[in-house]
Amino acid sequence: MNTKVTLAGVELKNPVMTASGTFGSGAEYGEMVDLNNLGAVVTKGVANVPWPGNPTPRIAETWGGMLNAIGLQNPGIDVFIERDIPFLRQYETKIIVNVCGKTAEDYVDVVERLSDQPVDLLEINISCPNVKEGGIAFGQDPKAVEAITREVKKHAKQPVIMKLSPNVTDITVMAKAAEAGGADALSLINTLTGMKIDIHKRTFALANKTGGMSGPAVKPVAVRMVYQVAQAVKLPIIGMGGIMNADDAIEFILAGATAVSVGTANFHDPYATEKVVKGIEEYMEKYQIEDISSLIGAVR
Amino acid sequence: MAQVKVTAAVAGQERLAEGIYSMWIKEETIASQARPGQFVSLYSKDGARLLPRPISLCEIDREQGKIRLVYRIAGAGTEEFSHCQAGDSIEVMGPLGNGFPMDGLEGKRAFLVGGGIGIPPMLELAKELPCEVQAVLGYRDGTLFLEKEFQAAGSVYIATEDGSAGTKGNVLDAIRENGLKADIIFACGPTPMLKALKAYALEAGIPCYISLEERMACGIGACLACVCQSKETDSHSHVHNKRVCKDGPVFAAEEVEL
Repeated sequence: MNTKVTLAGVELKNPVMTASGTFGSGAEYGEMVDLNNLGAVVTKGVANVPWPGNPTPRIAETWGGMLNAIGLQNPGIDVFIERDIPFLRQYETKIIVNVCGKTAEDYVDVVERLSDQPVDLLEINISCPNVKEGGIAFGQDPKAVEAITREVKKHAKQPVIMKLSPNVTDITVMAKAAEAGGADALSLINTLTGMKIDIHKRTFALANKTGGMSGPAVKPVAVRMVYQVAQAVKLPIIGMGGIMNADDAIEFILAGATAVSVGTANFHDPYATEKVVKGIEEYMEKYQIEDISSLIGAVR
Repeated sequence: MAQVKVTAAVAGQERLAEGIYSMWIKEETIASQARPGQFVSLYSKDGARLLPRPISLCEIDREQGKIRLVYRIAGAGTEEFSHCQAGDSIEVMGPLGNGFPMDGLEGKRAFLVGGGIGIPPMLELAKELPCEVQAVLGYRDGTLFLEKEFQAAGSVYIATEDGSAGTKGNVLDAIRENGLKADIIFACGPTPMLKALKAYALEAGIPCYISLEERMACGIGACLACVCQSKETDSHSHVHNKRVCKDGPVFAAEEVEL
């Protein structure tokens, strides 16, 4: 049985990775999960300098999901290179660094700092709904998507994954813009902008008022978008959005994803990533699938 | 050894007061490692409620391999937990957080101050502290809980907002009315209470350790949801955001902005 997949020229031992922001840089979950068993660890977004993030409360539970407005708190690229990359390099897993910024220069700054680092892929976050500048501002305009992709590609030494926002009228327009800009792969979906009001306190549940919705409640939207994008572009896709188990992961693969990211499920079950890996193998055994590649985009 | 997430057995549950429940959970690995001031995450069986509920440890029975949680019904998740009975299974992760510092306290006098649902985590601390314990417990009204169990571990002073039991007023009113003195303060409760105790400790020139609460997702320090403003830079992001779940929930009062 072959569970290996190739993503922009990088071979992963299996298609299961972590969704940025839910798994830190792996140190905390590494106490409970064997990171060697994962296809890749996608780190929490890192900027050129430390970001303090948003005020609390930063999260709220919603039916079948949650809202978050962490605001990309991160230690900045210096600490990340000194601490997080050496930590992850101890494991037999691929490292995908999620990069965030407020301006195009910020992204380029981080990408250049990573150019001589032993990381495998870069994921460019142009879709965070919780920061005022950068983030989603780049992800909702096809011209901006193409321009930032092109700019990042000019400076990147590793393959570049553009992470797309679902908060757009037609995600295939953004996917095509990223492809035109030279992206090597796409990640989708980032969170859906949402809101929750505490009726007892008569206030917003989040200090940021709005937050990004994730969890199984968003999965049908995410599967639809992965399918649409898979039909629209030739780039490999990392599918995510509410994956709780192997069945969900396989649904994304059948819709056109080459790899999948497990995010919010980690909060519900810290062992979720490893369970998805095992469950995919069981599925392949049950249906006598020799090579996982034969499942990618198999439902048209 | 790190925290574990396991399916554990509920060993028993009782209602202590209106909306306040006490549940014993049989879980040897967690009980053997746990310290006063730590907490566990409890998980709902309803798939629509994804996030764990962080609940502080009220008692640790290492011999029997059990932990006791005393909690308030705050929503649908804790409501669900309140229906668990002996023999039911429950998903639990722990022990989590740092716990109260207990070294070098021999011969000292300590205030253990609990306000409302901040009272339970002080009980195991009261039992384990190697010094004189003065428990100062603040309630809204005369519907008291756990107060008798503190008597075995030290002296107990009660404050109620409506004056129906003990001192009328808050925990500081009870400290003053009884002329109490201490060398160190441990506290858990609502933020205004913690603020007042921080100021009191500063004036008295004594250390004060407070246990904080914040909305959490992962419970292990990865998601950065439950941060509090700290004086020192934090070890994770090198900003001023310590993680309540991992760096806390217990902090030196002067270390955090309330």
